[in-house]
Amino acid sequence: MKHIEANNVNAYYGENHVLKDISLTMKANTVTAFIGPSGCGKSTFLRCLNRMNDYIDGFRKEGDIFIEGNDIYDKKVRVEELRQKVGMVFQKPNPFPKTIFENVAYGLKIQGIKNKNILEEAVERSLQQAALWNEVKDSLHKSALSLSGGQQQRVCIARALAVEPSTLLMDEPASALDPISTAKIEDLIAELKDNYTIVIVTHNMQQAARVSDKTAFFYMGNLIEYDKTKELFTNPKNERTENYITGRFG
Amino acid sequence: MTKLKQNRIIDSTFKYFGIFCTFFGLIVLAIFIFNILTEGVQRINWDFLSNLPSRRPAKAGILTAWTGTAWILGLTAIISIPLGVAAGVYLEEYGKKNRLASIIEINIANLAGVPSIIYGLLGLEIFVRTLNFGGSLLAGAFTLALLILPIIIVATREALKAVPKSLREASFGMGATKWQTIWYQTLPAASGGILTGIILALSRAVGETAPLIVIGALAYVPFVASTPMDEFTVLPMQIFNWVSRPQHGFVINAAAAIIILLLITFIMNGIAIYLRNKWQKKVNW
Repeated sequence: MKHIEANNVNAYYGENHVLKDISLTMKANTVTAFIGPSGCGKSTFLRCLNRMNDYIDGFRKEGDIFIEGNDIYDKKVRVEELRQKVGMVFQKPNPFPKTIFENVAYGLKIQGIKNKNILEEAVERSLQQAALWNEVKDSLHKSALSLSGGQQQRVCIARALAVEPSTLLMDEPASALDPISTAKIEDLIAELKDNYTIVIVTHNMQQAARVSDKTAFFYMGNLIEYDKTKELFTNPKNERTENYITGRFG
Repeated sequence: MTKLKQNRIIDSTFKYFGIFCTFFGLIVLAIFIFNILTEGVQRINWDFLSNLPSRRPAKAGILTAWTGTAWILGLTAIISIPLGVAAGVYLEEYGKKNRLASIIEINIANLAGVPSIIYGLLGLEIFVRTLNFGGSLLAGAFTLALLILPIIIVATREALKAVPKSLREASFGMGATKWQTIWYQTLPAASGGILTGIILALSRAVGETAPLIVIGALAYVPFVASTPMDEFTVLPMQIFNWVSRPQHGFVINAAAAIIILLLITFIMNGIAIYLRNKWQKKVNW
């Protein structure tokens, strides 16, 4: 089943044409990796999927993006509801300067849910899904900023999961972390795949190869190649893809 | 004389010149404070704080003046804080960054530099006459609120600017609206800087005299204000009045009142510095 479908997406920052005619589809419960050199448009495209570019002055998009069959740029779509369905984890861990509990419960709180039992249940479930529960269950009311970088990133993942999204966008989620924390995040992605559709932007090609089912290679705003990860890394069709994955540029 | 030697002489000359400049201000301030203290300290006692004004210096007190200052401080805070913070939030978080915004920004910065007497004239026309508040506490508080509004707006904007973008993105990414993001995340994160700005602005309002003279604050008020519509005086007005009297007793009274006024502003600045330090320690991104 098509979970995400993009048709002829073009995007501009002012005069800058940063995404050129991108079309691709992603199936539900798969992990898709976006790779490519800095400035190739992969993050911009990821941010189109939950409309995080809306706030950037001078940003303009053409073409359609459907998630679960809905045109997410339709005028009737409320962007707040979209972002509850399409969660996001950022490059640098960005927990709120509040307790772990408040961080994870934030998404529910802003939906107006105040029932303590529901909140506690959601916090425990999300932290367990983010493989952090055992480490923090006794310190839920400590500041999230007192945790290590890797733990903070998993708080951010738990926070995104708490509102039960269908899709999780990850923008280089492990680039600011040490190797052990990175391995934990990668294991987590493999587990979360059963319940979520995951899109991950990464600079690390080994990481893309390890965690993803399909990989898209972006270059200068173009989608150069999009294929099964194994195929793309072992038998790239395009010369530029081959040059990039073998480290000849980028 | 070699070039090197010449340079070293210039170097050490500038050092001593710098030391002189630094101490010039400090010494003048020290002499001022020493003078005030030797004249005024003996005069400060409970009677001085609790007596009404009088024609005899030894019996005169500052009860009406310091209660007037307290009234003005409270009312000005109530008026200026919501207006200033809300305007700052709008300009920083909602307002588009276009030409109009930069014109507004320049104007607000200029307003902060307008002489306070001009605000007094504005207050006289709008609050005293048009709105018919008379020479009341309310008219004074509105005038001073206008005066410090630019300071609060600028402080609010600066504090909001210092909140990292990642915090806003995290909140928006969770499906929060702009208002939820501001209310739950941005404002609390910026609260230390905003509070510091508010207190510094209010301590400026406490020391202002000129605009209050213009709107008709009285130098002699024989009762303690009990409603915002009452006539009033404030500490700087009382001081101004006393130093212009010929009797030496009033000069001593003025010195004592200056000590009280200095104490109030020092305490307020102290709180502002304390809040700023506490905030800087608490938030480490």
